[in-house]
Amino acid sequence: MPRKIVPYVFLIPAIMLIGTFVLLPMIGALAISFSEYNMIQKPRFAGFNQYRRLFQDPFFWNALFNSLLYLIVVVPVLSTVPIFLAVLVNQKLPGISVFRGIYYLPVVTSLVVTGLMWKWVYEENGVLNFMLQGVGMIETPIAWLAVPSVSLFAVMAVTIWTGMGFYMVIYLAGLQSIPGSLYEVADLQGVSKLRQIIFITIPMLRPYIALVAVISSIAAMKIFEEVFIMTNGGPLSQTETLVFFVYQNAFVEFDMGYASAAGIALFALTFVLSVLNLLLTRETTDAK
Amino acid sequence: MQNSIFSTAREFARRGVQYAVLLAVACAFIGPFLWLLSTAMKSGAENIFESPPQFIPKAPTLENFGRVFESLPFVTYFFNSAIVASVAVICNLLFCSLAAYPLARMSFAGKNAIFLILISTMMLPFQLLMIPLYSIAVTLGLNNSFFGLIIPHACTAFGIFLMRQAFLAVPHQLEESAHIEGVNRFQIWWYIMLPLVRPTLATLAVFTFIGVWGDFLWPLIILDDQSKYTLPLGVNKLAGTFGKDWRLVAAGAILSVIPTIAVFLFTQRFFISGALKGAVKG
Repeated sequence: MPRKIVPYVFLIPAIMLIGTFVLLPMIGALAISFSEYNMIQKPRFAGFNQYRRLFQDPFFWNALFNSLLYLIVVVPVLSTVPIFLAVLVNQKLPGISVFRGIYYLPVVTSLVVTGLMWKWVYEENGVLNFMLQGVGMIETPIAWLAVPSVSLFAVMAVTIWTGMGFYMVIYLAGLQSIPGSLYEVADLQGVSKLRQIIFITIPMLRPYIALVAVISSIAAMKIFEEVFIMTNGGPLSQTETLVFFVYQNAFVEFDMGYASAAGIALFALTFVLSVLNLLLTRETTDAK
Repeated sequence: MQNSIFSTAREFARRGVQYAVLLAVACAFIGPFLWLLSTAMKSGAENIFESPPQFIPKAPTLENFGRVFESLPFVTYFFNSAIVASVAVICNLLFCSLAAYPLARMSFAGKNAIFLILISTMMLPFQLLMIPLYSIAVTLGLNNSFFGLIIPHACTAFGIFLMRQAFLAVPHQLEESAHIEGVNRFQIWWYIMLPLVRPTLATLAVFTFIGVWGDFLWPLIILDDQSKYTLPLGVNKLAGTFGKDWRLVAAGAILSVIPTIAVFLFTQRFFISGALKGAVKG
């Protein structure tokens, strides 16, 4: 075999698979978004019609709003709280890996099971209401997934619960990169543990915080299973996110062109977020 | 002397507080699982909506698990999931490590462009691709088949990235001496490189397994034929058909996660190290 083609031979399966099942669909999605297509008849060119429809559709704006709200609530929580979890499981104690494992468990659980599990916890006469009533936080049971003003936040809580362990591990890597001597000096000077976290740990973790913000914001834009399993977009479309909107229009309404246009909008948003976050990450890493 | 007793007691109290905090947080994560398990083990005679909720079933029973198998073909779903996940794991290990090797260790025209294009596909949301992907699958006659289910998972940019990082860390001398001996590139890849990156292969394997095992959206779209259902679709069907029967749904959900949890327990260290390797480079 001529030596020059050897590297390409190694790459053939990957290029063929990713070409056919990622790059080609990407072009396909763009093409479909400029057409009318219901999977039965041949696609018909429709220019910018689908995008025009999108901008006039209150349901699209609602989905976009919900996705952005999701982002605004979930990303700050997932960028900060796991730092404390990481500090907690970074202690050198017997059995600490058991706790790490337990905190990580939701990450490996399929979202269908997670969704059903929380639906059961959220039941109106279920265990969460009982506990909150027990400690006096609420007076009457709340139908978490059925009250329009509450439901989206209830779904967000599940996303947060699921993601905690994943981001904890990233911060754990960050913590292990901080030189121990910093803490020794602080200990000698009598700086309290809490102040050590605020003035040593968090500043040293800045590049990791930026990274977690990137990953969690992209993940927040892709929320689907939680919504599908727990609320199916209801009540009153209050939990319809962008991905749910794409799914509904594509595989329930079979309005493929319209769904693709919404998909492109989703991609554009993810892309902007990634670039924005990448610039941010670079800046903080350079500053270090 | 007295001083040391005092400090031992203090040390003891500190430990106590540390474990109390760890345990309280652990409850928040494992609590819902235990509540689900408790519900699955309650008999029909016990009120599952009782107030206060009973965490320990009065007469623990496995009958609900039996009922799951009577209601839906869960054994079939289990085998379907196992086949799909195993084949996806093998494909990923093979194709990703093949592609990653030249990207890490050879110089050739278009190397950077190919790497950049492959890696940038990580940014494309699957939900955007699924519409044309579905069209392609239908055109190729791959809907309702395991082949169609597996193929979008068969080679991922994440896997290529992960393997490339691993190959980059292998010392060059090993390869060079093999080269002088007249061993070809494929033999070097198979006999020298792959054994050296075994931990990363294991990481990729467990990540792929857990990901594909829990995958829901793509199977939901591509499978109509219920005999091809994987476990997440089966559990969803169980919840859709017997939604009010929480004992049954809970038992089905528990059954479907047992394999994942088992795999996780034995491979925990690969998850921790893998999340670091994949997400955080150097």
